[in-house]
Amino acid sequence: MNVAKRTFDAVIVGAGGAGLRAALQLSESGLKTAVLTKVFPTRSHTVAAQGGVAASLGNSTEDNWHWHMYDTVKGSDWLGDQDAIEFMCRKANEVVVELEHYGMPFDRTDNGKIYQRPFGGHSQNYGQSPVSRSCAAADRTGHAMLHALYQRNVRANTQFFVEWMALDLIRDADGNVLGVTAMELETGEVSIFHAKATIFATGGAGRIFHSSTNAFINTGDGLGMAARAGVPLEDMEFWQFHPTGVFGAGVLITEGVRGEGGILRNGSGERFMERYAPNLKDLASRDVVSRAMTTEINEGRGCGPDKDHVLLDITHLSPETIMKRLPGIREIAIQFAGVDPIKAPIPVVPTAHYQMGGIPTNYKGQVVAPKDGNPNAPVSGFYAAGECACASVHGANRLGTNSLLDLLVFGKSAGETVVEDYKRGALELKPLPADAADASLARLARLEGQTGGESVHEVGLEMRRTMQKHAGVFRFDNLLKEGVTRILEVAERAKRTEIKDKSKVWNTARMEALELDNLIEVAKATIVSAEARKESRGAHVRDDAPDTAEFPNGRNDNEWLKHTLWYRDGNRLEYKPVTMKPLSQEVEPIALAKRTY
Amino acid sequence: MSKRTVQFKMYRYDPDRDEKPYMQDITVELEASDKKLLDALVRLKAKDDSLSFRRSCREGVCGSDAMNINGKNGLACLTDIDSLPQPVVLRPLPGLPVIRDLIVDMTQFFKQYHSIKPYLINDNPPPERERLQSPEEREELNGLYECILCACCSTSCPSFWWNPDKFVGPAGLLAAYRFIADTRDQATNERLDNLEDPYRLFRCHSIMNCVDVCPKSLNPTRAIGKIKDMMVSRAV
Repeated sequence: MNVAKRTFDAVIVGAGGAGLRAALQLSESGLKTAVLTKVFPTRSHTVAAQGGVAASLGNSTEDNWHWHMYDTVKGSDWLGDQDAIEFMCRKANEVVVELEHYGMPFDRTDNGKIYQRPFGGHSQNYGQSPVSRSCAAADRTGHAMLHALYQRNVRANTQFFVEWMALDLIRDADGNVLGVTAMELETGEVSIFHAKATIFATGGAGRIFHSSTNAFINTGDGLGMAARAGVPLEDMEFWQFHPTGVFGAGVLITEGVRGEGGILRNGSGERFMERYAPNLKDLASRDVVSRAMTTEINEGRGCGPDKDHVLLDITHLSPETIMKRLPGIREIAIQFAGVDPIKAPIPVVPTAHYQMGGIPTNYKGQVVAPKDGNPNAPVSGFYAAGECACASVHGANRLGTNSLLDLLVFGKSAGETVVEDYKRGALELKPLPADAADASLARLARLEGQTGGESVHEVGLEMRRTMQKHAGVFRFDNLLKEGVTRILEVAERAKRTEIKDKSKVWNTARMEALELDNLIEVAKATIVSAEARKESRGAHVRDDAPDTAEFPNGRNDNEWLKHTLWYRDGNRLEYKPVTMKPLSQEVEPIALAKRTY
Repeated sequence: MSKRTVQFKMYRYDPDRDEKPYMQDITVELEASDKKLLDALVRLKAKDDSLSFRRSCREGVCGSDAMNINGKNGLACLTDIDSLPQPVVLRPLPGLPVIRDLIVDMTQFFKQYHSIKPYLINDNPPPERERLQSPEEREELNGLYECILCACCSTSCPSFWWNPDKFVGPAGLLAAYRFIADTRDQATNERLDNLEDPYRLFRCHSIMNCVDVCPKSLNPTRAIGKIKDMMVSRAV
């Protein structure tokens, strides 16, 4: 196959929030930049974020970055790196105000400032009481943000390659990253994007689960590419199950509903969160609320004829508040749950939502991997930001609204790092190896020639069901062990997928087969890392690591206060220390403590 | 309970294989959990992987799966499958070149969107903190900023069909008014100049097809009317 070569200063893969924020930094600095995206930028999944973006602006209630940092470290169950968390929380006001300047239509307070609402796990004065920290545009914050970022990129003349799917990361013999191969969907043609810097902003992989709030496109493409190229994936056992996915449909209902006063009720109408989190109640951290809901359901206190869900009640809010602050939620409830939340509560269940782990990076957005005794050695030419990356600011559990903040702060930071490296002459266009496109062409040729193979649909379904059963809200030792075996079997089947459609033109069957190659790497990383971590922490809670006096909440800091690194080769695990030391002297390390809300 | 089935008449065209487009009769058996047209399409695709359509969020915010459903543009993910008379006739969005099956080439649509300078213009040095805007001023943006660029509106507009290169179309004009209406934007005159043309704005004859099909219940015709009013009042 003929492979065209294109050369850029930088190539960014993904045009969601992180990719667009990074692209702005590069375009406005004059770097020749290509942004590859498999969907038109405003169709990226950032568009579906609802409740807000965290920043301690203090527009309605007193707030500061110290409190935000404390909440984030505690929310992460102390697995987050405190240098990156300090960096993110201190940058929050700057990046949110910038967005406002770009034209983002935030809701407003009476005095004209950005409207802020309370959100789970965010507090005043180190856990004392809820704080209004989530900057919101109704319940369409992600949509407003993504469009504002795209619009600003139109202004900056960013060069997009729309509906191009990146296939593989290109590295030379020394491990330097030199760009990617990518396929234009309209023609099926493969090109090499050769660049001095490569930024991954490919988003999450929630589609490894059967029941997920995620879009169809969230297939972990960046993670698959990184893993195949020998880059480890960090902390992949930690997946967030959002408490309020619409029962049956999986569509997200923002935590902002509870921020505006919504209440979770069990089958007898009880506000059960009072028993699990006496202080923050319905606004406790997501992992805590999801487990409480699952416990209610498992112990027979669910709602409906099969007692298999709980109810999210906002009928006590005024219709005006609902129409003004939660109009999108009302539409979703009517569309996907068949109820008008002004009149009746919404049936909800915990639903796979967000991957805390990802491609390991530092706070500058540089991808890092162990090398010569340094656990965090930058991989030359490679950067990542947003959900595909693990900085790590979310640790074992992410706080709501910290994801939009993460993609702004680290999208910008990765962009700034590339610009700085470029300006001081540290980036060079290293020569492409002769076999730069071989891995991608081999994958395509295998798919093209496969006969008597497996259906992409069937293999994908088996993967999603296995992950759902074996790596869910609560985890069990025997199910995890069995899950590892079963996912490795599915992975073998995924090597033999066959497509009937051989057209060159906009071949979605081929795209879905290539996406499955990426998903399966994420599924393996998740289940192998989860099986190995013999403690409970944040979103990873096992039956054989219960709450005891010795190990509060089942967390074992002596053995497990460390990041997991999964390598695809040999399905191997390594570990690296958590950074407990903040970035500056202006804040003390947040000391280990038992997590209660 | 007997299984639900849905009959489709589906527009099919693969330029790599077909000389010309054709309508294909297909029947699909639904599972109980299949509620939306998109669920049925995904089920169909599991049987025939060559069926091609765009989709992503499956909740009506990304704008990928716009198509012509029984003669009317809409999003597959927001259309109740049980509400549709059968056979369900599915065609690509009208008026744009078809790439394959239900996938159209949206270049012209986005070109028009880009032509209105869809970004905030304000050359004052930005303040340290946010620019202030009252809740009432912000309210003016409601019904404008929520557009998902699905193109249901523009591709149901005869003026856009006839002059896709000259008429901005309802989606682009809605976006133009979104910035005109924003108290933070300083380019109102420039924006009006940009539309002062026999085609770009004035090809809208207020037939309101756009309003009828918008899956987000927005009203481009009203926004266009407001731009026209502003043109008139600045002329006198």
